[in-house]
Amino acid sequence: MLRYFFIGFSLLVLLIVSITGFRGWKSKRPPIEIFPDMVRQAKYKAQSESDFYADDRSARQHVPGTVPLGYSSPQVYQPDGPHHDASSAGDVMGDAGPYGHIEFSASPDYVATGRIGNQWGTGIPFEVTAATMKRGRERYNINCAVCHGAVGMGNGIVSKYGLNGIANQQQQRIRDMADGEIFNTITWGKNSMMGYASTIQVPDRWAIIAYLRALQRAEHATLQDLPEDIAKQYQKPSIDNKLPANLQ
Amino acid sequence: MSNFFPRWSNFLPLKLLVSLAVIGAGLVGGVWYYFTPKYTRVGYQPDQPVPFSHAIHVQQLGMDCRYCHSFVEIAGHSNIPNTQTCINCHGQGKVKWDSPRLAPVQESWQTGLPIPWVRIHKVPDYAYFNHAVHVNRGVSCYSCHGAINEMSVVYEAKPLSMAWCLECHRAPENFLRPPSEIYNMEWHPKSFDAQQEMGMKFKQEWNVNPPVTCGGCHR
Repeated sequence: MLRYFFIGFSLLVLLIVSITGFRGWKSKRPPIEIFPDMVRQAKYKAQSESDFYADDRSARQHVPGTVPLGYSSPQVYQPDGPHHDASSAGDVMGDAGPYGHIEFSASPDYVATGRIGNQWGTGIPFEVTAATMKRGRERYNINCAVCHGAVGMGNGIVSKYGLNGIANQQQQRIRDMADGEIFNTITWGKNSMMGYASTIQVPDRWAIIAYLRALQRAEHATLQDLPEDIAKQYQKPSIDNKLPANLQ
Repeated sequence: MSNFFPRWSNFLPLKLLVSLAVIGAGLVGGVWYYFTPKYTRVGYQPDQPVPFSHAIHVQQLGMDCRYCHSFVEIAGHSNIPNTQTCINCHGQGKVKWDSPRLAPVQESWQTGLPIPWVRIHKVPDYAYFNHAVHVNRGVSCYSCHGAINEMSVVYEAKPLSMAWCLECHRAPENFLRPPSEIYNMEWHPKSFDAQQEMGMKFKQEWNVNPPVTCGGCHR
């Protein structure tokens, strides 16, 4: 009799397992919430869907002329001021990134437009430190290298997939271009390039320009441009160099 | 009178007991195996409006996570990119712009309405997870999202349950990475000991002290 029970039990287990499957199996079915108490609350989280608004978005578009809470408000740029200092960009960042707050606002002055009056200005509007360059390299590699390539030759990965007309940043036209105009291009785009105003913060755009200038300089650099201790590593060994002792 | 109960009935109580024990064990085993996010959540792989492939974009093209998820370092929520981010490369006349698979992107770009992506990774509304504090203190995307660079269709790789969170909150040294490798999905520690040594160092240097009290995540 017990035999029949075991046969029946095994069949039941087999049936359940054949319906429910195993852990980790791929499924299009939304996860079952076994205790759904307050798992989904009547509140909006970032980028969540809304039944209330006609466009289904809980995140509303900016009201023209307003600045979102937590963003820096437009202010007149002061060259000696403590803000816009990218030098705090260390290896490990605070929770709001290297700037302590989010810098997307569009003030009317040079730091946010690249213009001085009716003309493009030039120069990075804050002190450029090694940390700025590091930050610029990081941001350049994330956002720009995809199209413009790691050294700005316009041969990034996207160019291999049929995107034409990517600017070569090593060309004379861009070497001569004012920093402010490059800033404007990053912000608003140019020709087929879209603007990056919504993804790259203002100080990061300047850091990218600083790094781009370094790339342009490096393209035609000679050994004499390197600090002596680094240049030594790249010098060709002279002819009378003897083999190291262990190879003689 | 001596044969009133047949002989087999002597064993009936024992057999009943065994059966009940087996049924009990089966129930406990079933609940243990199935009533957990390791079963209910892991492997969730819904159809998306656009068949976006992380394998192509990250592994094949070598794009950085932050090209699209641009606010992960500065916000609690790691953003799904806006449509313009897709259009940067897939706009009219650019890469594969007329592919029918990209039609929802082009439509969204023209109408200004969002692409209805299906959310996969979700903690309950009473748990407050912050992406920025994790990625800026040595926790890689890989730790919670698995090998997302290899996924042509994204699925949930980890249970995202509380016990699972606490595994790391109680011993972050087992998971902390160098800041340069947070977004490098191919990086793995050389050995368990190397990870421990490095993890302990980072934990001290960065003052990593993950909360294990209720209020740390449930406000």
